[in-house]
Amino acid sequence: MYKYDTLDQTLVNERVAQYEGQLTRFLNKELTEEEFRPLRLQNGLYIQRHAPMLRVAIPYGLLSSSQLIKLADIADKFDRGYGHFSTRQNIQFNWPKLEDTPKILKELAKVEMHAIQTSGNCIRNITTDQFAGVAPDEIIDPRYLAEIIRQWSTFHPEFALLPRKFKIAITGSSKDRAIVQAHDIGLEIFANNKNEMTVKVWVGGGLGRTPILGSVIKESLSWKHMLTYCEAILRIYNLYGRRDNMYKARIKILVKSLGIEKFKQLVDKEWETIKDGPNTLDELEINRVKAFFSEPNYKSRGADELSKYTDNKQFSQWLLRCTHKHKKLGYRSVTLSLKSNEQAPGDATSDQMRSVAELAEQYSFGEIRVSHEQNLILADVLEDDLFELWEKAKVQKLTTPNIGLLTDIICCPGGDFCSLANAKSIPIAKSIQDIFDDMDYLHDIGEINLNISGCMNACGHHHVGHIGILGVDKDGSEWYQVTLGGNQGNFASIGKVIGPSFSEEEMPEVIKKIIGTYVSNRHPDENFIDCVSRIGIDPFKKEVYGEKGKK
Amino acid sequence: MGSQLILNNHIANDEWQLIEPPKAQEEVKKQAGKVVIFKITGEASLNQDQIEKTTFPKSGKIILPIQVLLHHQKALMDRIAKKEIGIWIETHEEINSFIDKIDDINKFSLISVNVRKFADGRIFSIGNMLRMKYKFKNELRAIGDVLRDQLFFLKRSGFNSFLIRKDRDANDAILGLTDFSTPYQGAVDQQKPAWKIIKR
Repeated sequence: MYKYDTLDQTLVNERVAQYEGQLTRFLNKELTEEEFRPLRLQNGLYIQRHAPMLRVAIPYGLLSSSQLIKLADIADKFDRGYGHFSTRQNIQFNWPKLEDTPKILKELAKVEMHAIQTSGNCIRNITTDQFAGVAPDEIIDPRYLAEIIRQWSTFHPEFALLPRKFKIAITGSSKDRAIVQAHDIGLEIFANNKNEMTVKVWVGGGLGRTPILGSVIKESLSWKHMLTYCEAILRIYNLYGRRDNMYKARIKILVKSLGIEKFKQLVDKEWETIKDGPNTLDELEINRVKAFFSEPNYKSRGADELSKYTDNKQFSQWLLRCTHKHKKLGYRSVTLSLKSNEQAPGDATSDQMRSVAELAEQYSFGEIRVSHEQNLILADVLEDDLFELWEKAKVQKLTTPNIGLLTDIICCPGGDFCSLANAKSIPIAKSIQDIFDDMDYLHDIGEINLNISGCMNACGHHHVGHIGILGVDKDGSEWYQVTLGGNQGNFASIGKVIGPSFSEEEMPEVIKKIIGTYVSNRHPDENFIDCVSRIGIDPFKKEVYGEKGKK
Repeated sequence: MGSQLILNNHIANDEWQLIEPPKAQEEVKKQAGKVVIFKITGEASLNQDQIEKTTFPKSGKIILPIQVLLHHQKALMDRIAKKEIGIWIETHEEINSFIDKIDDINKFSLISVNVRKFADGRIFSIGNMLRMKYKFKNELRAIGDVLRDQLFFLKRSGFNSFLIRKDRDANDAILGLTDFSTPYQGAVDQQKPAWKIIKR
């Protein structure tokens, strides 16, 4: 993975000093609350319901064992012994003290980490495929491009104060696991017919209160122009994006109001002036960064150890759900589920973090990835080591065999922590996990993404969940609206609302009825989402609302 | 109290006088019928009445709102030649819309861009465009809600002059110019990205 040189380290150290100064000026009343706000946000610091929340960047979701151990230490020393992995592949600490935040940042800087641009109206953490570099269907490894974008976007002076937040995702696989169409800019890397690295650029996608899938603004762009083209897009957005109404300030609203053709015209015209400018990429930089992501020292395949365990049902289930095909024969990628019903989705205790760090060190070249589905991944595990790894991970309750299944719920922190939320989301996740605890049944109903957001800011990506749950506020009480038919990946779509919202108590029963409708209508081997597309949402409505639903 | 102006990394005396237009007489209506430059957010520009009624001294260095300047451009030719006239633009005013009405932007020894709110980052793109696209070479000044924590970004976007908000100390603000030593990406002050300058 990428290692800091003096330049990277100096910038991060300077940021810590700058932030410490800003906090001191705020505490000395030299900065007002309003003036301090954008500064603290660009350092990942929110003022939450109970305490500040600090969001730490995990660039494109990649962590080393020593970094994860540092996160565990921070969780113990400055928080309550756990952290929450977010849908942007970052980690959040929910209970730090304001005056401790510079100390936390200093600790992070020691392991090449920071909280730069994890919030605020700026370019946020770049996200990518959690299986980048190891997926068998990968065309181009997007990690070094993500690192190049990370550096380019860090303290980019022109885009330091945008109308609103700005999210970029990049993928290099035929199957899009990075939901690039739901991002302000989505970059899809492919090889053109001359086998040159080429970028397809999507713009104006996003979830939030107005979910929109991105439009293609450039079908094929040479990798050399990747940064300058993004600059042209961002410049048009910076100049023309709305600043009078924060709910209409995302680039998707600008693209929609101008129309993609007009927007593209403006961007292309601006690009003419900066194309081939100094930020044009060259082989030198590509090769420098690429070298950090070279293949680890893979062993050649040993004897087939796995067949020994076919009788072990628990292990077989885990193998099926939590391990994934690898480009290298004899290797698999492992997802360690953070979705047991004993803790909130995406939460990990400091003990779990340390144990994952140790497993990574022992079995996966000392690297860990965070997925946007809020699980942890060991990307390069020898098949021969899987059983041993499973037994050790089981002790830490990291082996729930539910990846991609109903209880692998994507969930924001919700009303328990977040001051933006209309409703709680974690207890909803738990109540659903509790009633669907029969693993055989879960496996039988197959792949279903259930996503929960506590408000329309959609941190839980509810719009693209096969089943989406959105917390809404009605006369001061908490209600839940259900959508069906959302999807991520190449066939991304936005879910449809099935009808009036439900109370917290009704929710498990509602999900049960939805699943029941699927089970009684499905064709053999038909996935939930395919079934929903085929029969539409009416049969589900009828089951959930009874005759009322017919009105 | 000392000067509020930082010019080329030093506290300096301000020789320029900012000419404020009179307030608009009629109340600006929310949508219909108002003069808007910035069509999407509908931020209002000066109306004809304001432009005509703006008064300014007959001599000395003055900064005029761009609309007022364009209105009097011919009459002011001598003073422009004497480097007595500076331009004032707002962050919502489109440079493209007036740049072709000025034959040589470098006749003006100063352009100031007014940022009404700290969080308004349009000023950075405007600075970049004035320097890189329109090749403006003279003093480029940020005015308005200009505070320490914007200075590094403003400097990188081509500004070399900063009029710090009245209630803040320019001696403190100037420290913001050196928050970071070697940035990653190319911008205006340092056009090449780090990887093209140093061996990494």
